[in-house]
Amino acid sequence: MSAEPLLKVQDLCVTFRNGDRATVAAQSVSYELAAGEVLAVVGESGSGKSVSALALTRLLPPEPSCTLSGSVKLAGVELLSLPEDKLAKVRGGSIAYIFQEPGSSLNPVYTIGFQIGEAVALHRPEVSDIQAEVGRALAEVHIGDAGRVADQYPHELSGGMQQRAMIAMALACNPKILVADEPTTALDVTIQKEIMDLLARLRRERGMSIILITHNFGIIANFADKVAVMWKGRIVESGSVDQIMRTQAHPYTKALIACIPRLGQRRRRLTTLADELKVSP
Amino acid sequence: MSDPLLEVTDLAVHYPGRANWFFQKAVPKKAVDGITFVVPKGKTVGLVGESGSGKTTTGRAVVKLAPLTAGQIRYQGQDIGGLSPAAFLPWRKKIQMIFQDPYNSLNPRADILSILSEPLEIHFPGMTRADREARCAELLRNVQLPAEYLRRHPHEFSGGQRQRIGIARALAVQPELIICDEPVSALDVSVQAEVVNLLQDLQEQLGLTYLFIAHDLAVVEHVSDHILVMAQGRIVEQGTPAEILGNPQQAYTKTLLAAVPRF
Repeated sequence: MSAEPLLKVQDLCVTFRNGDRATVAAQSVSYELAAGEVLAVVGESGSGKSVSALALTRLLPPEPSCTLSGSVKLAGVELLSLPEDKLAKVRGGSIAYIFQEPGSSLNPVYTIGFQIGEAVALHRPEVSDIQAEVGRALAEVHIGDAGRVADQYPHELSGGMQQRAMIAMALACNPKILVADEPTTALDVTIQKEIMDLLARLRRERGMSIILITHNFGIIANFADKVAVMWKGRIVESGSVDQIMRTQAHPYTKALIACIPRLGQRRRRLTTLADELKVSP
Repeated sequence: MSDPLLEVTDLAVHYPGRANWFFQKAVPKKAVDGITFVVPKGKTVGLVGESGSGKTTTGRAVVKLAPLTAGQIRYQGQDIGGLSPAAFLPWRKKIQMIFQDPYNSLNPRADILSILSEPLEIHFPGMTRADREARCAELLRNVQLPAEYLRRHPHEFSGGQRQRIGIARALAVQPELIICDEPVSALDVSVQAEVVNLLQDLQEQLGLTYLFIAHDLAVVEHVSDHILVMAQGRIVEQGTPAEILGNPQQAYTKTLLAAVPRF
């Protein structure tokens, strides 16, 4: 492993301003991600996990309604001060995103094939046969009938298929880092398993890094290398998955793990955060 | 086993398919086909399956939100499947529903007071305005929300709070049976735990009976006394949570079990 990590985030702060009111959505967020590594960012709604991931490529409202501070270095290049035109190449090209609701992130009036082709044309001008590239991208995410799906509109696909199409689009540009923001929250458990297995395989085959954002500790156990637990805009605990699943130092982490119902361990009541948590960060 | 509150026999819900413009005749889509189950009074029956397995249609058919193609629905021994909407009204008071998406199931233009008052106006026409308001405040307290929230609108609440309001609306008419259609699927795991606990507390306090629909077997196992596994419009397996978990008979049940994350 080289001395310089692929992605180095230091003291990242995101502040939203509305008139005189300022809301700090993320504060002093720091982490490192090596090539091929999977980092899980875990926390509840409103903990700042999505905002801090969007801040990596400044996919947030412009100043003055949103201010960023700190440092985000991708292979040594500072992203927070990069000019817009260069940053546009990073978005999708080096760091690609997939979101929670595939139904609302895909454009409803264009076919799947057109949307993937558009991403390829933008980020990989060297590709001459875009049609073939779209077919390859769809086949890679195990969409059997790639030709037919490429001609379909998002509403013609199920949630699981839409999410596969999103992943195909994100991967078509060969990103170094895939940010998966709650990729399975809107899906059934069986489809969730298929999508997580697919992401694990793609990461193995491509040596791609993944930042997985989730509220569910259940899905990261066999997937991520490292975990950062976010609460109220801060990382309250981080470490290797094995270590954190075994012993949790912060009561918030304990509470998040304890509140998940587990198969075959019937309890009278589920543990809630309020039961476990009587401290502030 | 206690008395059956709801008995469903050979229930089928078929939707007319679309005819091909040329040769083919319309093939009906069998959303639910020949299912039979019993919900005992005061218990929770879990209904689990993937999207498209027919579990939501089953729940909706019980409250006449889906058309019945065949079969019988008996509530405390009385056949309610064939009733006209007007004749069904008294049973709507006894059977209520909680919906999956707390963002789309509350009217965004109405404040919480009118959302909770509406069922009271329909089912208790004799109530005065002051009585209704007092009852709505009590309902909010039942779901552990402060009574001051009555004047607020749905957009001011988080997903978990909205789901509590949806539960309060279902409780307004003092139902006996509540169809919970994926009540926690859209929520964070931490909020899910709170809502599940609330539903169980209310069941104990008010003697409620639940038909609990979900796709996550871990949640269904936690709340249910009896589990029905649905696939492709049919019940493929049923039993106590211990039976389903300890000794699943069907390949489909095994797939569902394997999909639940373990750690």
